[in-house]
Amino acid sequence: MPQRSEIKRILNQVFEAILPIMAVPVALIIGALILLLLRANPGVAFSALVQGAVGSTFSVTQTLVKATPLLLVGLGITIAFRGGVINIGGEGQIIVGALSATALALSFSQWPGVVLLPLCLLVGTLSGALWGAVPGVLKARLGVNEILSTIMMNAIALQLSNYLLRGPMIDPAEIEAGTRIAQSALLPRQVWLPRLVPQTLLHAGSILAVVMAILVYIFLWRTTIGYRIRAVGLNPRAARYAGIPVPIYQALAITLGGAFAGLAGAVEVMGVQRRMLEGLSGGYGFSGIVAALFGNLHPLGTVPASVLFGGLLVGADKMQRAVQVPSAFVDTLMGLIVLFVVSSRIWAVRRARRRETYE
Amino acid sequence: MKSVLSRLLMLVVLVALLLSACAPAATPAPTQAPEKPLRVAIVMPSSITDMAFSQGMYEAWVKVQQEMGGPSKLEIAYSENMFKVPDAAAAIRDYASQGYDIVIAHGSQYGTSLAQIAPEFPNTTFAWGTTTDTFADQGIKNVFAYNPAAEQGGYVLGTIAALMSKTGVLGVCGPVEAGDAKTYVDGFKYGAEQARPGVKVQVTYTGSFSDVSLMAAAAETHIAAGADMLTGSSQSVVGAIGVAKEKGAKWFGQQWDQTSLAPDIVVANQVYDYTGIIKDMIAKRKAGTLGGVAYTLTLENGGLTIKYNDRVPVPPEIKAKADEVIKGIIDGTIKPLP
Amino acid sequence: MNDLFTIPVILGIIYSGLRLATPYLYASIGEAFVQNSGVYNLGVDGIMLMGAFSGFYVGMKTGNLWWGLLAAMGVGLLMGLLMAVVSVTLKAEQGISGIGLYMFGLGLSSLLFKKTMTGVESISGFQPVRIPLLGNIPYLGDVLFNHNLLVYGAFLLVPLASFILYKTPFGLMIRAVGQNPQAADTLGINVDRIRYITVSLGGMLAGIAGASLSISLINLFQENMTSGMGFIAIALVYFGSWRPWGIMGGALLFSFVNALQLWLQVLGVNFPYDFAVMLPYAMTILALAISVRRAAMPDALGKPFERGEF
Repeated sequence: MPQRSEIKRILNQVFEAILPIMAVPVALIIGALILLLLRANPGVAFSALVQGAVGSTFSVTQTLVKATPLLLVGLGITIAFRGGVINIGGEGQIIVGALSATALALSFSQWPGVVLLPLCLLVGTLSGALWGAVPGVLKARLGVNEILSTIMMNAIALQLSNYLLRGPMIDPAEIEAGTRIAQSALLPRQVWLPRLVPQTLLHAGSILAVVMAILVYIFLWRTTIGYRIRAVGLNPRAARYAGIPVPIYQALAITLGGAFAGLAGAVEVMGVQRRMLEGLSGGYGFSGIVAALFGNLHPLGTVPASVLFGGLLVGADKMQRAVQVPSAFVDTLMGLIVLFVVSSRIWAVRRARRRETYE
Repeated sequence: MKSVLSRLLMLVVLVALLLSACAPAATPAPTQAPEKPLRVAIVMPSSITDMAFSQGMYEAWVKVQQEMGGPSKLEIAYSENMFKVPDAAAAIRDYASQGYDIVIAHGSQYGTSLAQIAPEFPNTTFAWGTTTDTFADQGIKNVFAYNPAAEQGGYVLGTIAALMSKTGVLGVCGPVEAGDAKTYVDGFKYGAEQARPGVKVQVTYTGSFSDVSLMAAAAETHIAAGADMLTGSSQSVVGAIGVAKEKGAKWFGQQWDQTSLAPDIVVANQVYDYTGIIKDMIAKRKAGTLGGVAYTLTLENGGLTIKYNDRVPVPPEIKAKADEVIKGIIDGTIKPLP
Repeated sequence: MNDLFTIPVILGIIYSGLRLATPYLYASIGEAFVQNSGVYNLGVDGIMLMGAFSGFYVGMKTGNLWWGLLAAMGVGLLMGLLMAVVSVTLKAEQGISGIGLYMFGLGLSSLLFKKTMTGVESISGFQPVRIPLLGNIPYLGDVLFNHNLLVYGAFLLVPLASFILYKTPFGLMIRAVGQNPQAADTLGINVDRIRYITVSLGGMLAGIAGASLSISLINLFQENMTSGMGFIAIALVYFGSWRPWGIMGGALLFSFVNALQLWLQVLGVNFPYDFAVMLPYAMTILALAISVRRAAMPDALGKPFERGEF
């Protein structure tokens, strides 16, 4: 009966999609036990978590604000992973993207927004790509492992940012006031990304990120270059026999990964902070990896995955305030959730395999 | 398939049950106390036990709370380790919308967000630092600003260190050359050079506020290069204090009283004391002023204090010199920065 | 600049460099065992933090540093075991589970610290032990042979690990499992068991790495006191091409350059310190780029083993 197997197939897919979400409650139960040990009420805590993530217009927008960089970084991670390279350099690429967008906006603050705004986004993207291209080329030409080089590039980007923000790019007002905070001047108004809901931080960058997700999907599945990147990631040996220059495509994959992280940095600076400051990357380079893997390394899957993960992060902060537990509890809980979600995938894989043997 | 669905359902029900079981009877009914406590919320970039920036602010509120008569008079909520600015911004807004009377944004990086939030909650008092900007030029009236003049204590400690040093070499373990870390270091260096011409002040930065291990190596390097008096700034200096203790070098604390970490080597500390401005803000709020004042913590107004450690005696003539310097800074005859 | 090549400076660099390298050595060599068996564990930093806390706490409460060390080893082992369950038995994606383990360790160590202690406290850690005869060599005796036991232990671990990996049947099994688990399986090697052993061992060594900070080098615990050292340790495994001696080379290069850049600052060399701080990171990439050797990556690295999968 073909129809029935069709339904079964869809149900299976639905099940696989919601499986990671199912693992979250299990982690929450352990979290509840820890909360009890901390003498906090898990009920209050978790209702605060949900409320903090989706309880009001503001919290929904906050979740989306958080999801935006996660999604953009996650897209870059997805491309890199699909090409068989692991990009841990998201943090550095975000910083570089944000720095260069800021530098451009401040140097040409007289230019009209229609030119300057897209240019800033572009330059942020390009410099992120450049920061990704260094490990890419090092891997392709000299066989330097990308995990090593991207971790090192993160530290280099951080120091570069420290240098620029305390010296050449520091807000002149900070020197005048003698407070010397390491941050740039406020960006000119015309490069601020428009806010979508008044009195919230939700900005147009979120829409841009979703558009990018669709573009990445088309790129990976509908273009030759995308196909080759995936082929290289899937089986480098076979790709080589098929005449694909593997190192070049790996370098390309990590460069594109850097481009998206760089864009995330530019968007974060132009949409949320409106100036470059320390700690802007905020760990998105790492949590973006988690978002991408939650999304099954599929660009469209990364969209809901980053919203889910963003919501968890935002809700967890609210929980910290509601029951006044140390912030470390949030990290612990996040770690548990990640561990449980990633472990739960075995059931999906087992089911898929069982199905294959039946068919 | 059936088994999967039923399992799924079971789990959902289980979780729902669990959540609702421990959910409280809605929101806890607000028990009307005879007098409503003043409610304050603090948002901080590091931990309340960091022995530096955040602990100073948190403990000051706790102290004021004790003086006022406990949690029934002053209620304190806090969010720590909010080093990601958007998270901090969400926390600030959330506290304000929950009706906290005073919300402290304890990090200069929170300023841009605060300028957007403060106008939406005109009845809430906000305070932020370290800065001198109350956003008055943007028409915002409910923001206080505070800024420690870290160079003042730096100058005093530099004077003491230079005069006490046997080798004539001082080591400064800095994190990132910015904010009060920079002004403190600049003051320390200048003070030392003024007190003892020819003294050598070595300055290192680790490029991080949290790298304890590199901070320890920095202290080792200073000591190997001849320094016998060390100081530093940020929460990562605990690493340097550990090394100083091991090697018998003396230490000068900054931001917070670090004596307890190494009672045998800490000579003196510059301590940020926010209690004065806290009390003033509370009083101003009671009088109807919700913001607009930029406080500077100075030696003069008691926002900065030099705290000696009795177990490491400072020779009386040096102490006298330090007092003289403090007096000079207060009356303006000594400028703590070049 | 001329001041740089004086004896005290060089001795100072060696002394600080050896101390800086100690935690990296424990963590990286542990990770080398893990990766040689075909698993990679990105959660090293989280395990180090748990090791640092438990070592410090138990050492402080019992007044015996050896109990502290033992506790750090035990906790590290348990964290490794958790990683093994997730990555070997449940076959989870290893990169992401490692990040999960990192967050868990980062959070839990701070949480325990907050709940059991009122603030940062310091203890008296392992004292330096001067090695007889060698310790009396002029100049070098002080910087090479006057360290505490955990520093010596880190460097003794290198030949030991190299011996185990390359000269014992157990090491052969580890590498076989990492190169070709299917073939190893057909030879009767229990792939999962080997991986359980290596991942737990890696966890234990990461625990010691953490303890080396909290009870032997810095002698206190602070939240997130490793500040990302575990990730550098992982990078060093790649630097060393999965070989203990190569890893030691990487750890020493990184640490010596770090010690050097501090000296550059102390001597007042006139350029922005930020670039000095960058130096060890840039040098590490550069060193790997110019040494023309293809890394011998274990073929099965990161791939869960499934029986009968060809």
